Amino acid sequence: MKSHRVWLLGNDIDTDVLAPGAFMKGSIEELSKHCLEAIEPGFAEKVKTGDVIVAGQNFGAGSSREQAALVLKLLGIEAIIAQSFGGIFFRNAFNIALPLFTVKSIQGISAGDQLTIDIETSQILNQNTGQKVIAETLPVHLVSIVRSGGLIPHLQNRLAQQQKHHPQ
Amino acid sequence: MSRPSTLSEKIIARAAGLESVRPGDVVTCQVDLAMMHDSGGPRRVAPVLEKLNVGVWDPDRVVVVSDHYVPAVDAESAKILDGVRTWCRSHKIENFHDMQGICHIVLQEHSYLKPGMFVVGGDSHSPTGGAVGCFMFGVGATDMAAVLATGETWLQVPETLGVRWHGQLGLGVCAKDMMLKACAVLGVGGATNRVVEFVGPTIESLPHVERMTLCNMTAELGAQTGIISPDQITAKYLRSIGTVFDELTDWRSDPDATFDEILEFDASDLQPLVAVPHSPANTTPVNNIDTTKVHQAYIGACTGAKLNDLHMAAAVLHGHRVAKGVRLLLAPASVQVTSTATADGTLGTLLDAGAILMPSGCGACAGYGAGVLTDGEVCISSTARNFRGRMGSVSSKVYLASPYTVAAAAIAGHITDPRPFLETATL
Repeated sequence: MKSHRVWLLGNDIDTDVLAPGAFMKGSIEELSKHCLEAIEPGFAEKVKTGDVIVAGQNFGAGSSREQAALVLKLLGIEAIIAQSFGGIFFRNAFNIALPLFTVKSIQGISAGDQLTIDIETSQILNQNTGQKVIAETLPVHLVSIVRSGGLIPHLQNRLAQQQKHHPQ
Repeated sequence: MSRPSTLSEKIIARAAGLESVRPGDVVTCQVDLAMMHDSGGPRRVAPVLEKLNVGVWDPDRVVVVSDHYVPAVDAESAKILDGVRTWCRSHKIENFHDMQGICHIVLQEHSYLKPGMFVVGGDSHSPTGGAVGCFMFGVGATDMAAVLATGETWLQVPETLGVRWHGQLGLGVCAKDMMLKACAVLGVGGATNRVVEFVGPTIESLPHVERMTLCNMTAELGAQTGIISPDQITAKYLRSIGTVFDELTDWRSDPDATFDEILEFDASDLQPLVAVPHSPANTTPVNNIDTTKVHQAYIGACTGAKLNDLHMAAAVLHGHRVAKGVRLLLAPASVQVTSTATADGTLGTLLDAGAILMPSGCGACAGYGAGVLTDGEVCISSTARNFRGRMGSVSSKVYLASPYTVAAAAIAGHITDPRPFLETATL
């Protein structure tokens, strides 16, 4: 199973530090360069495809801007593990096929640790410490959205099914 | 007979075509109305609709408001605004409000909202609609695109958290202070995946505009949304703007409905509060920080620049001048607010005191528009969020407070208790 390097962040990581308002006008590529720069300078340059974020309470609090999830996806983040998530961010992330895992505690996980994540069983294994964490089970429809590659491909499939059953 | 339900559960059940729903159920709801703005709206949903090769399910149920990049300050923002106009034309969106004010305010001013509606908004402060007794919540662009394509959205039915206020608010204390208090007690994210329903005698006598502030700031609690049972105050407000609506009696929580929790607050001992950087939950009584110097005082946004907010600021500023070295920026929440405040003399009072009038829009609140801060600057603001760097430089500091307290700081040049200004006011 693929292993993922950890970026460790604190509580209440808000949408404004993920996608700063001053750069919301431009392209998503330009915006992504400023992701987390207010609290984790150099994040956009150092993050690698396959990395994951581990954070405390209320990750993605604040605005409805989907770009907060999109920039993380674009920079290569493949999952976020946190004690809780902002409600709109939660939907936004699944809608673009960025899976989120809610865990009771993030104690014992350090920056730079390597994790493996089993999306089927919501089981997270820390390769560095051997610690196993079971995340909350994801609702079936969210797993289905992630498997489709996001809400839009999911909808495309659904619309195609409807076409098949009710040809015009 | 259906099970006893909270107001939110009743609206969700109606929208889902079910007799009743339980917290935790995942349901598909028909959307009565979808609202979006220039930032998260057409420029983000258009590519998705093209990809799906579908149009808008019902153009009459869509409202578009340009409020984030208004007025354009450069070619990039002008292009975004032009794109909104073009998209609305080509998709036959008649309900388009171009630079008329902030979406949450415009939506109510133009009678789009009625009690019992199930509404999605492409903005996190969409819970403002709960003041009318709507179940209205914020969604991102992909969710919005799906709503536009299909007319429906999924929802996991949230628990209802009762926030009950009793006692009478004192002089110089208002809904903004009530919400800063709630943020302090619950924490940002303290109501995640729950609906906040405001109840109790204080709420029952609170003006409609103040109820909008309460529901608006449930976003800061991380709530799915906020809601208040529509009553005679709601009815009076709706009649005053010409909204035609049905009986209100259905839209209240059943007496035996199950609340997840009910928190009790006393309005009579509430003091003016300030949220210090960088969280709305870092709340302290104003007198604890009354020497903090400010460079800018900002009265703006959906949270803090409605007509009532301007009245509060004017009550403090009447007969005073803004301190030297302080700039007081005033961005009324809509052109209608500006117009009414002009007619009733409020705007004159504010301008006489030295307020600088700004365009109606989201402005500096989210760092999109005019009035942002440079390194190390301190701003006291009637807005809802003081996240690091939100209003400009990462090293700037934003203190959140009521319009009373913002106005008082503008006069004093530092954060101060607004109540002495009101005790001597002759307005």
